[in-house]
Amino acid sequence: MDLTFSPKETAFRDELRGWLAENQPDLEPTDGGEDAHYTWRRDWQRRLYDAGWAAPAWPTEYGGRGATPTESAIYYEEIGRARVPFAANTLGLLLGGPTLMVWGTPEQKERYLPPILSAEEIWCQGFSEPDAGSDLASLKTRAVKDGDDWLVTGQKVWTSGAQYSKWCMLVARTDGEVAKHKGLSYFLMDMEQDAVQVRPLRQITGEAEFNELFIEDARIPDANVIGGVGNGWKVALTTLMNERAGLGFALQIRLRQLLDDLIAAAAERGLLEDPRYADALAELHIRCESIRLLAWKGLTDAERYGQPGPEGSLVKWLWSDTNQRLTELAVDIIGPEALTAGTPWSYELLRARGNTIEGGTTEVLKNIVAERVLGLPRLKVAV
Amino acid sequence: MDFGLTDDQREIQRTARDLLAERAKPERVREHAEAGTTDEALWRELCELGWSGIAVAEQYGGQGLGAVELSILCEELGRTLAPVPFLPSVLAAALIEHGGSPEQCLRWLPGLASGETLGAVDSAIDGVSELVIGGAEAGLIVLVEADGSARVLSSQEAEVTPVATIDPTRSAARVSAGEDVGESLADGCVGLGRGLVAVSAELVGVCDRALEMTVAYVKDRKQFGVPVGAYQAVSHRCAQMLLETEKARATAAFAAWTADADPERLAEAAAMAKAAASEAAREVTASAIQAHGGIGFTWEADVHWLYKRAQLDAALLGGVKQHRARLAAILAEHVGASAPA
Repeated sequence: MDLTFSPKETAFRDELRGWLAENQPDLEPTDGGEDAHYTWRRDWQRRLYDAGWAAPAWPTEYGGRGATPTESAIYYEEIGRARVPFAANTLGLLLGGPTLMVWGTPEQKERYLPPILSAEEIWCQGFSEPDAGSDLASLKTRAVKDGDDWLVTGQKVWTSGAQYSKWCMLVARTDGEVAKHKGLSYFLMDMEQDAVQVRPLRQITGEAEFNELFIEDARIPDANVIGGVGNGWKVALTTLMNERAGLGFALQIRLRQLLDDLIAAAAERGLLEDPRYADALAELHIRCESIRLLAWKGLTDAERYGQPGPEGSLVKWLWSDTNQRLTELAVDIIGPEALTAGTPWSYELLRARGNTIEGGTTEVLKNIVAERVLGLPRLKVAV
Repeated sequence: MDFGLTDDQREIQRTARDLLAERAKPERVREHAEAGTTDEALWRELCELGWSGIAVAEQYGGQGLGAVELSILCEELGRTLAPVPFLPSVLAAALIEHGGSPEQCLRWLPGLASGETLGAVDSAIDGVSELVIGGAEAGLIVLVEADGSARVLSSQEAEVTPVATIDPTRSAARVSAGEDVGESLADGCVGLGRGLVAVSAELVGVCDRALEMTVAYVKDRKQFGVPVGAYQAVSHRCAQMLLETEKARATAAFAAWTADADPERLAEAAAMAKAAASEAAREVTASAIQAHGGIGFTWEADVHWLYKRAQLDAALLGGVKQHRARLAAILAEHVGASAPA
C-alpha cells in the first residue's frame, strides 16, 4: 500500500497547478443565460486547448498528453480544486473522442477528433428516450437505409448541450427483427439540419441543462456509422464506461469544497460546537473521504489489474446520496437564505435531486452491485 | 498510488485465512462461546507463530512489522471470531510501545509480544472502567483517561470483577484502581490511534463475514419458488451491506497506512476509521440477522455472534458518536487554522 503520488505524477500535478494559477477563466457571466454560460465555457476550453490541457488523457497522436488514468484523475481533481468550469465540449472530450479511438476508422478519427479538442465542434449524446431510460436497449428511434444514407426518425431526451452541438452520438434501431441488443447501430448525426428539432427541457432548478430531440427523417451518411451496423450496443457501452471514469474525480472534489464551505458557514454561526451539527458534519466528512478513497482505489486497481470493475457503482451511489444529504443539512445550517430562489445553496439543494437519477439511478446501481459484485440472482420479470 | 497489499502482506493474509479456516471453524467457536472459555490451544499456536508480537519492535521481542500487517491479522480474526485474547493484548502492546518510555517498553513488551502476558485496554473515568474487554484474563491492564493520560496496572493492583457480556467469545471485566496504584505511561495515550486502527480492522472482518454468510443464505433460501436474494427488497439490502463494508474497509486501510507512513494524520484517520467501522459493523450484522429471516434469530444460526462482537467492538475505545465528535473538533481546528488572521 502506498497512498502517495509518484514523482512523475507529482510533477504532472505541479505543472497543471502552476498553469491554473496563472490562467483563470473570465468571470462567470451573471446574465445572458445559457448562451452566455456556454460561450464562457467554450472560450475556457480554447485556452486549455492552446496550452495542451484540454484532454491530457488522449494519446499524443490525437493531441493529448498520453496521461495515465492516475494523471487524468489528478487533472480532474485539480480542475475541481481550482474551481474552474468544465470544458464546453466535455461530452466530446470524455465520451465521444475515446469511443472513436476504440471503434472509429482512421478516416473518422482524422476527421472528427481534432475539432472535439479545439471546441470547434461540440458533441452531444442521443441515447435515452422517453420510453427507454434505465432499459436503454429497448430504444425505438429507427434508422432505415436510403441509398448511401440512413433516414432516422424518433425522439431523444436528456440531451445536454444539444443546442450548441454539431454532432450527436446517436444510437438507433437498424434491425427490428433481432434481439433488442443486437438490432442497434451507433451513428454520428449532424445536428445542423431541419429534420432535427431541439426543445429545451426545463428542470426543477428552473434552468434548462437538457433538451428533447425530435428527429424526423434526419439524414446520416453511411460513412457516419461507428463500429459497424448492428454493433451499436457494444459501441454504446464503450461510451457509457467512459461516462463515470474521469468526471467522478472532479465531482468528488466539488463535493469536498461544498462540505468545506458548509463547515466554514457552521463555524461562523457557532454551530460547529453544537453536537447535533458537529455529528452530522463529521459524518459527511467520513463519507467524503470514503468517496475519495474508494474512487482512487477503483482507479488504481483498474490501472494495475485491468478493466474497471462494477465497484465504480458504489462510488457514484455514495457520492449522489452524500451530496443530497449535504445540501439538505445546509438548509438547516444556513437557514432561510438556502431556501431563497437564486442563491447558491438553494440551487445546490435542487440540483442534487438529479444526482441519484442521472448516469444510472441509485436503484439500477443497487441492482448492478447485487448482481455483478455479489452474484445474487436476477428476478425474471414477465414481459 | 496503490491500495494493494505487497506480496509478503498477501502471504500473511493467505496463511492466516487458511489457518483460521481450519482452527476456528464455526462449531468450535460456538463450543467455546457456550462454555465461556478461551481456545487455549489456538492461542498458544498463534503466539508460537509470532502473531501476538507482529507489530512490536524486534528489540522488544516482536516481529517489527507495521500497522498494515497487524490489521490483516485483526481482520482475519474478526472474520472467524476466534475465541482468543488477541485484540486486547495487541491494544495494550500498542499503547505501551508508543506511549511508554524505553524502560517501560523493555519491562512490559516482551511478555505481551510472546503472549506470556495477556493485556487489555479501555477508557476509564477516574480509574474505573465498567467493561474492559479481555480484562478478566489480562495480567496487564491499561486505563486511558479523558485527559490523555494512560496508566498500566497489574491485575493484582486493580480490582478486577469478571463481567459476562453478550459476546462470550472474549472475557470482560469491571476494573477499578485507586489513584496511587499502577504506573503512568511516559507519553500518555499517543498509541491510541494505532489501537483504534486494530479495532477497526477487526470490525471490517466482522462485516465481511456477515455479508458473505448473508449472500450465501439468500442465494440458497427459496420462497414463492425463487431464491429470496432475487427480490430487490433483499438484494438492495445486501448491496447496502456491501457499501457499508467498503466504506469501513477504505477508511480502515487508510488509517493503517497513515499509522506507518503519515503519522501526523493518524488522529483524524483513526477517528474516521473507528466511527465508520463501528457504524458499518452494527448495521451490517443487524442486516445479516434480518436477511436470514426467522433462522437468523435462532441461537444455532451463527450470525448472532457477529452481531454481538460488532456491538462490543463498536463500544470499545469510544463509539460512533464519540469519534465523530473528535473528528468535528479536528475539522474545527482546520477551519481555525485556515481563517484569515
